[in-house]
Amino acid sequence: MRRLLGTLLATLLIASASSAETLRMAVTTSFYNSGLSEILLPEIKSDLGFDIQLIVVGTGQALRLGEAGDVDAILVHSRAAEDQFISAGYGTHRREIMYNDFVFIGPSGDPAGIRQASSAADALRAIANATAPFISRGDDSGTHIKEQNLWSQSGATVEGDWYRAAGAGMGTTLNVASGMNAYVFSDRASWLNFGNKGTLELLYAGDPSLFNQYAYIPVNPARWPHVQGDMALTLEGWLASEKAAALINGYTINGEHLFTFNATQP
Amino acid sequence: MVIFPLRMHGVTAHFRKKRLVGPIDITIETEGFTIVMGPNGAGKTTLLRLMHGLQRCSGGGVEWAVPQAKAREKQAYVFQSPIMMRRKVIDSIAYPLRLRGLGVSAARAKAQECAGRFGLENLLDSWAPMLSGGEKQKLSLARALVIKPDILFLDEPCANLDGRSTREIEEILLDAQASGTRIIMSTHDIGQARRLAQDVIFMYDGKIHEQTTAEIFFTAPATKEAQAFINGDIVE
Amino acid sequence: MNSMHQGFWDAWELIITFDRDLYEIVFLSLKVTVSAVILASLIALPLGAFLAVFRFKFRRYVIAVLNALMGLPPVVVGLFVYMLLSRAGPLGGFGLLFSPSAMIIAQVIIIVPLIASISHQAIRDLWSEYHDLLISMNATRFQRAKALLWDGKRALLTAILAGFGRAIGEVGAIMIVGGNIEHATRVLTTAIALETGKGNFAFAMGLGLVLITLAILINLLIHIVGKTERASTW
Ligand SMILES: Nc1ncnc2c1ncn2[C@@H]1O[C@H](COP(=O)(O)OP(=O)(O)OP(=O)(O)O)[C@@H](O)[C@H]1O
Ligand SMILES: [Mg+2]
Repeated sequence: MRRLLGTLLATLLIASASSAETLRMAVTTSFYNSGLSEILLPEIKSDLGFDIQLIVVGTGQALRLGEAGDVDAILVHSRAAEDQFISAGYGTHRREIMYNDFVFIGPSGDPAGIRQASSAADALRAIANATAPFISRGDDSGTHIKEQNLWSQSGATVEGDWYRAAGAGMGTTLNVASGMNAYVFSDRASWLNFGNKGTLELLYAGDPSLFNQYAYIPVNPARWPHVQGDMALTLEGWLASEKAAALINGYTINGEHLFTFNATQP
Repeated sequence: MVIFPLRMHGVTAHFRKKRLVGPIDITIETEGFTIVMGPNGAGKTTLLRLMHGLQRCSGGGVEWAVPQAKAREKQAYVFQSPIMMRRKVIDSIAYPLRLRGLGVSAARAKAQECAGRFGLENLLDSWAPMLSGGEKQKLSLARALVIKPDILFLDEPCANLDGRSTREIEEILLDAQASGTRIIMSTHDIGQARRLAQDVIFMYDGKIHEQTTAEIFFTAPATKEAQAFINGDIVE
Repeated sequence: MNSMHQGFWDAWELIITFDRDLYEIVFLSLKVTVSAVILASLIALPLGAFLAVFRFKFRRYVIAVLNALMGLPPVVVGLFVYMLLSRAGPLGGFGLLFSPSAMIIAQVIIIVPLIASISHQAIRDLWSEYHDLLISMNATRFQRAKALLWDGKRALLTAILAGFGRAIGEVGAIMIVGGNIEHATRVLTTAIALETGKGNFAFAMGLGLVLITLAILINLLIHIVGKTERASTW
């Protein structure tokens, strides 16, 4: 019994030692659900020789993990929050890597008629006018913030029974929309990988205001001495490389192209 | 270490406002075999528990020659309804020895020998709570005697026993007494009291009505309640 | 209905093909939860016995707090442990966040009140049965607690199994402190949450079946072991 206890306590304390050859990166659910990480991580491992542990969370939590020094880098998509993060000194700089886009999903019958919309704002106005059920993430994630910005651009009044906040991740929100046959605002990757589509369909996409820029931010090693600053920079170099460009641009789901690489060389 | 005498002076016990026993004044000396008698509810059990320190007195004092905690090391008590530990018979009997720091095998060896004297040798590996009522009482006795106590309190130890077992137990108790164990025992069985008692405490309505030698008690009881009790008449 | 059917076959296929990822996840689930249950028992069982046998001034309050803590939402525990273990937190220096150790710590906090509370009740009942005997035998407080823990082991086993059930099925806390990192801290429940989020109901259901099967097997195993130990049941 005593030996067992000793082993247990040892396990508890030693488990931290493994972080030497791994880099921890907080990424958003939408990025993880796209499946792109499963293509990139093995390549990174073989090119750079270290493991990357992904902590998959919402944008808000990702930024908090970076602030607390619990991860070495973050990959998120929420410009205003990112700028604030940098100016508060939590991250050293931000590097744009790629973008994907947001799409409008809804019941195939399209009661609000957003298939013919002229812009994203126009689509939202149509939904509001028809008071067709709409499920929002409602979780302060990057996607949710984006959706709210679009609503305020559209000038529509977002009030009433038809507008529901799920307070959940993208997958759960899509599940709710599928169950209620409602409109929903999603990133394209989560939608393509979503397995419970039911009668939902992609109804509107393509407006440039729907583009979703991903940025990579190394956590500031000056604030947290244990942060793997060098590894974070090595990874940044790789993510902005030609090889990454080819992998990112070449990634498809069901033949659909998902991400567009747009990192610039300094 | 001599724990005697036990002195009780002005002892009362209450439950809420109700007086259960007392006031009781009595002294118990080193030698003897005392039988406590009296009708149901007279306070026999309460008296034994007060002596053993299982029950707090609401007035007066119970004093041994040494502090109660020390004195209790030399005492053993057999409860009116046996308390069975969830263990095998042999481990139940060994338990008081284990409490006194004996090793497992030494304690078991002694327990086995003791169990033999009570006819429990075939039940050593049985689960104590599963024993019959009589077997439980024998186990309780074995568990009490295995530590060779200076004083043994017995609360109707033969209530569930058949005639033959009763006789065997009486033999063992007399042996124990002969080898120096002071015995205080309550019983309803007047025949048994006649066979065993050196002196008698007769309780009635929470008070010690008579305390005298067995001979005097059985031939010339001083009170009419004791008279009626001995004759087997219902005492109101 | 369809998903359940599909989930069953998915799970079956993963099990019989010895899918490496599945076995890794199952093994980690067991490792984390068994460690947590052992550690929690070492804390909670003596605590339960202590509360049953010792009378002290704040005993009632401790018991009330313990009972209330049983209802603590795991997410809150997760957040609490996160804030403790975060680099910015008081224990940040150990670098335990996002490791199995962090998950064990969270589960220990979640199940200690449960195990302590159930065992306290069981031991209190046994104590009222044994009280006179143990006092009469002049057992020390320590000896009393020891006898109660030993003789009450069946009831305590139930308490431990209840703790196991709660720990192995827990997701909210370990998601936060473990991070659900593939090949590092992903366990059955966090994997189920992940797959459900992706809308892969069948696969999530399959993992759920594996989880419940595992829990049943562990319980059966414990009961079989517990019974062979003593022929006559109690
Ligand atoms: N814990 C208690 N709470 C309340 N009343 C009690 C308690 N213990 C004993 N009594 C009462 O005190 C009285 C004496 O009880 P006691 O058990 O001493 O009687 P007894 O002489 O041993 O009777 P019996 O021959 O039936 O065993 C009874 O009226 C009983 O109801
Ligand atoms: Mg009685």
